[in-house]
Amino acid sequence: MIAAGEPAPDFTLRNQDGEKVSLSDLQGHKVLLVFYPLDFSPVCSDQLSIYQEVKPEIEARGVRMIGISVDSGFAHKAFQEALGIDTPLLADFEPKGEVARAYGAYIEKVGHANRSLVLVDEEGVVEWVHESPTPLEIPGANLIFDALAGGS
Amino acid sequence: MAPELTSAAVPPPGPEDHRRGKGPELIVYADLGCPHCAMAWAEISSGEATVVFRHFPVASKHPRSPALHAAAEAAGLQGRFFEMVDSLYEDRGRVDDPHLWQRAEALGLDLERFESDRRGDAVVARVRRDFESGIRAGVTGTPALFNPGATLSP
Repeated sequence: MIAAGEPAPDFTLRNQDGEKVSLSDLQGHKVLLVFYPLDFSPVCSDQLSIYQEVKPEIEARGVRMIGISVDSGFAHKAFQEALGIDTPLLADFEPKGEVARAYGAYIEKVGHANRSLVLVDEEGVVEWVHESPTPLEIPGANLIFDALAGGS
Repeated sequence: MAPELTSAAVPPPGPEDHRRGKGPELIVYADLGCPHCAMAWAEISSGEATVVFRHFPVASKHPRSPALHAAAEAAGLQGRFFEMVDSLYEDRGRVDDPHLWQRAEALGLDLERFESDRRGDAVVARVRRDFESGIRAGVTGTPALFNPGATLSP
């Protein structure tokens, strides 16, 4: 897993609407990358739903939140609609898991990312990371606020 | 001013909490729109513990949840909080406004007061306060159960 203080690897992925999104486009803002295993698995659904409920509070702290998984943009679009969330979801689809791998968040033997949070600062440097012990364990939203309180 | 949402222990049961039953306290963060909570509710409220109910509506997942939690709070202002919760969990299919009015009438509530209370800011703030305490305690799904003695002992 990537560590605090390292430069965050830049990437360009398509979002749920097929639009290209690059990390470097967001420089000047803090960015929270939420790596998760798969769309439509019950555990992830709770994670992104819970984060959605505190998204205004996350954004009030100057942070853009982005979800990333190996699913396609089409699946992401359906997942967003099913959950009623508007957090952008990026498709780490081809080459599969390349971005998750660059951040050390990919689990090779299962073919998807672990549940990992990466906070990138305004200059594109990793400020904080959290890696779940297993993909079944959801990091509480409180951990995000702890990181934002400690890092500022 | 954005609310503080950093990690914090589950607040111990207090006078403002909704409580029912006898025996050791069991704090329950629940979503009134959540099917898992509805399934668990009968067992949770079986009388083996004093249930301390905390609101945890996940609106993105269950769009009617905020209205249901507000309805329960409004019923609570007329002394029928748990009766409304029981009613909502027993029959999850009827949750539109006319159904809420029917439930309120069946519980003998003053309908006009129920309508005004459930749309008021005080009820929204009360629900949000519970929700935020759950977020701070790391709740990531419902129902989330806490034994106050176990979670709060040093």
